[in-house]
Amino acid sequence: MSSVLPSNYLTPTGREEAWRFTPLKRIAGLHDPAVSVNDRISIELFGSARAGFNISTVKASELPAKSTTTDSIVQRLRSEVTEVVHLKIDNEAVINEPILLKRNVGNSGEFSRTVITAGAHSKASVIVENTGDGIIGEEIEIRVEAGANLTFITLQEWGPKAVHMGRHHAIIGRDANFKSITVTIGGSLVRLLPTVEYSDQGSSAELWGFYFATDGQHLEHRVFVDHGIPRAKSRVNYKGVLAGDGARTVWIGDVFIRQNAEGTDTYELNKNLLLSDGARADSVPNLEIETGEIVGAGHASTTGRFDDEQLFYLMSRGIPMNEARRLVIRGFFTEIIDKIGDEAIQERLMSKIDSQLETLGA
Amino acid sequence: MAQLVIKGLQVSVEGESGAIEILRGVDLTINSGEVHAIMGPNGSGKSTLAYSIAGHPKYSVTEGSVTLDGVNVLEMSVDERAKAGLFLAMQYPVEVPGVSVSNFLRTAATALRGEAPKVRTWVGEVKEAMSKLSIEPTFSERSVNEGFSGGEKKRHEILQMELLKPKIAILDETDSGLDVDALRIVSEGVNRVKSEQNLGIMLITHYTRILRYIKPDFVHVFAGGKIVEEGGPELADRLEEKGYAQYAKA
Ligand SMILES: Nc1ncnc2c1ncn2[C@@H]1O[C@H](COP(=O)(O)OP(=O)(O)OP(=O)(O)O)[C@@H](O)[C@H]1O
Ligand SMILES: [Mg+2]
Repeated sequence: MSSVLPSNYLTPTGREEAWRFTPLKRIAGLHDPAVSVNDRISIELFGSARAGFNISTVKASELPAKSTTTDSIVQRLRSEVTEVVHLKIDNEAVINEPILLKRNVGNSGEFSRTVITAGAHSKASVIVENTGDGIIGEEIEIRVEAGANLTFITLQEWGPKAVHMGRHHAIIGRDANFKSITVTIGGSLVRLLPTVEYSDQGSSAELWGFYFATDGQHLEHRVFVDHGIPRAKSRVNYKGVLAGDGARTVWIGDVFIRQNAEGTDTYELNKNLLLSDGARADSVPNLEIETGEIVGAGHASTTGRFDDEQLFYLMSRGIPMNEARRLVIRGFFTEIIDKIGDEAIQERLMSKIDSQLETLGA
Repeated sequence: MAQLVIKGLQVSVEGESGAIEILRGVDLTINSGEVHAIMGPNGSGKSTLAYSIAGHPKYSVTEGSVTLDGVNVLEMSVDERAKAGLFLAMQYPVEVPGVSVSNFLRTAATALRGEAPKVRTWVGEVKEAMSKLSIEPTFSERSVNEGFSGGEKKRHEILQMELLKPKIAILDETDSGLDVDALRIVSEGVNRVKSEQNLGIMLITHYTRILRYIKPDFVHVFAGGKIVEEGGPELADRLEEKGYAQYAKA
């Protein structure tokens, strides 16, 4: 079903702070109510059902979003989507094997909403694998209930034409731990909002990410951690490699410590490695603090070129140039990639990166 | 038998306002089994000599030649020099985050030997070499040189030398920063490789204490970018006593 609704949200023009980096011409009308987008669900469970969780499709009205957003694409898809996929992990379930969700958007456009509920005191990890060359606007809302431990991994392994506008928003309950790993290595234009809010004390979030952009790719990650509750913790660490002319990445790290968020402990880091002169990485960490009663708050951001000393050191031991470069790049990503904890996936991602580097002759 | 021949070597680096000449005509021949100690004041160009032989891109050779068994080293890429049998233990070993020591050693050995070493024998080989150099087994999972103490970095350099089995090694202040025990352990490592491989050694140092363990056949005094005096082991003792003042630029 497709629909054109009267718009109660603003169509971005590109002059807004939130959109100033994004090439709006390339987002295929996802932001423009005049262009209709399919309401269709292409995300599904890979493998058979197992104990401890349940996946279902429910009416959107039965599962309204629990958070607010200012993002106009997310606002639009919320108003247009009629059905929502709900992954519910049972209270106290301990699921060792990751729950794998695959999404192949094919060639058509799609608006999609997904809700993941990690029941109280459950422990699980969820992997969302995105492939194909489609156009998608999506929101995944992750509700991490009291005492739950959830690892949430999204792999943007899109084809070269894909357009992906997404918000992955976690709401973290009392004493709950949320860990996300966001990997973006494919797609023509990807703009993700990995965002976090806390609903109760003692909760923590770790947001890890890495992105790899080549010729003409625009990969944008806008992290937002909203500390509105006392004694919550957050760690953000994103790393990017850019290779080839016109490779473009944007990383925004907004951390907001509200007046009542005493005892907050936060640190965010973004590092970019530029392999080509024609590549551009924007990195904007931004810490806003309304209370002085905190444990710690810091940020760091670096963007640098390849370290010739490292290359020389490896080569002086007989390792050829290309292999030395591969080792250094793998080394740069390792810290984040190892967090995935699945060697087959880690190896698949690294070999995709390797083969792209090879094609580029980088 | 391997022979490294350095002739009339002149080297400059790119400074803020143009090229700066650092090596001003170095002549030196090192044969397998020989130990050549090079001693000289800070800034005289010892590391520049070492790096130039290894092919560091920062240094440009403007005159002279370096050959290994008659083959022009200066035309080789950095990795080709290692494959030809040259090894540089660096004064300041480089940290390579995210690359584990074990992965690094295996990759280097594979490149130098032309094929991956057999897993079972290789693991044993590495373990044994590490234990001889008193390097904790946990180091193999750490990132190369990252967070290593000064002494640990130097031991790690000699570990590589022991596993990669070069023909000619340049040890740039490998003794600096070593405590007495480490100095002995590292020296024994060097002597082991020397006797097993008939290694030729260029030993750059400021102190005679390492020369008590690794006996030099020749001592060269390096000042102002070239060798200004040569002699036997007794020259080292004289230098320790009198310093380098007598070699101050004429
Ligand atoms: N980029 C550069 N610009 C200017 N001078 C340089 C540059 N690189 C090296 N030099 C100079 O070259 C000279 C030789 O340096 P080198 O490191 O070879 O000395 P060294 O003999 O190894 O000293 P040490 O005993 O302190 O290790 C020094 O005076 C150094 O400052
Ligand atoms: Mg030096």
